[in-house]
Amino acid sequence: MSNKLLLMGDEAIAQGAIDGGLSGIYAYPGTPSTEIMEYVQNTKQTAELNIHRKWSANEKTAMEAALGMSYAGKRAMVCFKHVGLNVAADAFINASITGVNGGLIVVSADDPSMHSSQNEQDSRFYAKFAMVPILEPSNQQEAYDMAYFGFELSERLNVPVLLRITTRMAHSRAGVQRREGKPQNSLRLPSDPRQFVLLPSIARKNYRKLLMGQAAMEIESEKSSFNELISGNNKSLGIITTGIAYNYLVENYPDQKSPYPVLKICQYPIPRKQVEELYNSCNKVLVLEEGYPIVEEQLKGYLNTGKPVHGRLDGTVPRDGELNPNIVAKVLGMDVAEGQPIPDVVKNRPPSLCQGCGHRDVYEDLNEAMKVYGTGRVFSDIGCYTLGALPPFNAINSCVDMGASITMAKGAADAGLVPAVAVIGDSTFTHSGMTGLLDAINENSPITVIISDNSTTGMTGGQQSSATGKIVDICRGIGVDPNHIRVVTPLKKNHEENVRILKEELAYQGVSVIIPQRECIQTFARRKKSEKKESND
Amino acid sequence: MKNDIILAGVGGQGILSIAAAIGLAAVNSNLYIKQSEVHGMSQRGGDVQSHLRISDKPIASDLIPEGKADMIISVEPMEGLRYLPFLSNSGWLVTNITPYMNIPDYPDINEILAKVKSLKHHIAIDADSIAKEAGSSRASNIVMLGAASLFLDIPFERIEEGIRQLFGKKGDEVVQMNLKALRLGREFSEKNR
Ligand SMILES: Cc1ncc(C[n+]2csc(CCOP(=O)(O)OP(=O)(O)O)c2C)c(N)n1
Repeated sequence: MSNKLLLMGDEAIAQGAIDGGLSGIYAYPGTPSTEIMEYVQNTKQTAELNIHRKWSANEKTAMEAALGMSYAGKRAMVCFKHVGLNVAADAFINASITGVNGGLIVVSADDPSMHSSQNEQDSRFYAKFAMVPILEPSNQQEAYDMAYFGFELSERLNVPVLLRITTRMAHSRAGVQRREGKPQNSLRLPSDPRQFVLLPSIARKNYRKLLMGQAAMEIESEKSSFNELISGNNKSLGIITTGIAYNYLVENYPDQKSPYPVLKICQYPIPRKQVEELYNSCNKVLVLEEGYPIVEEQLKGYLNTGKPVHGRLDGTVPRDGELNPNIVAKVLGMDVAEGQPIPDVVKNRPPSLCQGCGHRDVYEDLNEAMKVYGTGRVFSDIGCYTLGALPPFNAINSCVDMGASITMAKGAADAGLVPAVAVIGDSTFTHSGMTGLLDAINENSPITVIISDNSTTGMTGGQQSSATGKIVDICRGIGVDPNHIRVVTPLKKNHEENVRILKEELAYQGVSVIIPQRECIQTFARRKKSEKKESND
Repeated sequence: MKNDIILAGVGGQGILSIAAAIGLAAVNSNLYIKQSEVHGMSQRGGDVQSHLRISDKPIASDLIPEGKADMIISVEPMEGLRYLPFLSNSGWLVTNITPYMNIPDYPDINEILAKVKSLKHHIAIDADSIAKEAGSSRASNIVMLGAASLFLDIPFERIEEGIRQLFGKKGDEVVQMNLKALRLGREFSEKNR
């Protein structure tokens, strides 16, 4: 085993893509997908290969740039967390209509049980919506292989391919065997110059091609080595697993051998032939899937008239949250081991803003300035600063989706809630806050926008922020009155001055933007450390 | 052979270095390994955990089933107790006794240690002091690894090798200091098991 690499699922995908002839990776950070791009950035080989590997401003721009690279004939990968696919959805769905030229893999990392997310949506729905194949690895080797072979699958079927992973696959390490590196594609225009022109007349043709291609996708699934029908003597039950649910099933049996026949699905569309074979050989079916009951729903249909199909929909398996070996064991009526309960002395340890973080000062200033207006007026966004919702600050009243702070404040102001405040981070601002600010400017909405600028994408570990050094210019360009763009330094010693500035702008009946600027203390500490190291070398 | 280990601590305490060192030792011993961790929100001073599984046979699940862990290694005493539902009846809790108090309602440390000591199989070690003795308080996680190494089915030399690999880039001084921390941790467990 020692010639294998010990890789996280995310890293295995990155390495598989590099070895599979990748020319460019496009991504916006988001747990648990971030390490895919970071691995490509930190691998020496990628500089020699001149692989594009810079962060994009958001998931939509990433998806579109990757499609552009595919148009030019080269192999491209896009990565984001599941909610990132919402942002990229317009491009993603339409990319299935244009088709591809160079192979295109879209990696979406789902987070069932919401370890660090607002929801546990299942990306597989999007692939079904777009009518494109899904690859869903059950182990790190498959994650590598799927990225490695996925480009060819995409080129063969002329569609983007969704590579769907979940938290445990993304963030778990195991041994991975590499394959021989493939050369990158050369620059080559699409053979049909109008393939990517989705005027209705062309789109209708493309769409029919996509529909006719469905049969070929199903055949690919039926032939795929990622899907496997494993025999079992006990035919009272047949089990279908998707992705890593397979591991949780076989964990419960000695030598990983289930007594029931098992269909392990890791490539979609669902392989019809194998499903029928399993269904016909068993009395009833159990579906174990990490995520929403998508396969289960398809098997049942609306009328649910066939043999019994059990899963999340009928409560056999919990309706929400991720699976684990014990949940699966209980579903199968097996005894499970139990440890001791968590002792009462153990207290929760919620995440909190770092000591010394500038967001802390921002909230202390803001809470003071808002005293006269009362609570319930601060719309916020997604990032470290969302922790301002918790004690001791209790400073914000919303966190919905990236960019929503400014637009929700505007809507509330439209309704008469004046002043309304938005608190947004720098990376979130350039991700999708800028366009909302334009709406507010066009109506001169009485809102106060605080862009808490720590010059990094903090929550996800400190990636380069597209906003760094540009926020004031962007606000001016969008049309904010320069007299109401106020740059401040969030430090204790400036508390009184910052409160005064906030009060002035809260009283202003138009759009004002306050930009507290102080580097994230985590990136600051890391920078100092590496500077010190360099000067010692 | 199978070792299922839960690693516990608070964000930034270095449990992932422990996992990495054991991982290297396991790979060098031609064993199968799976190691999963939760990132993200947990980096902000919250609790962090990692599931580390080592076996001479292929491993199915990335997660250790509840009630089946052979050991909990915790660099913080309250965090070790958080994962008791995972520990098997014959499993060991190997924990540092120095609390990390970043919450206002941190419980009485004596109550926590009393609970630790009520467990049949436990090692409660002052890893911070021992690390200082070895040369750096930052090596307390390696002291913990040394204390835990007694209960791993991996030869001690392989773990030493893992430390050399892990810290090799930082120079011989750092390597020697960590090896000393490792040995002191091990000796503590030998005397106190
Ligand atoms: C659509 C979408 N993409 C990505 C994420 C993951 N995400 C959560 S917070 C965050 C970073 C925010 O950075 P910034 O606004 O600069 O705030 P900071 O964390 O630095 O305070 C990201 C990328 C998400 N929740 N939603």
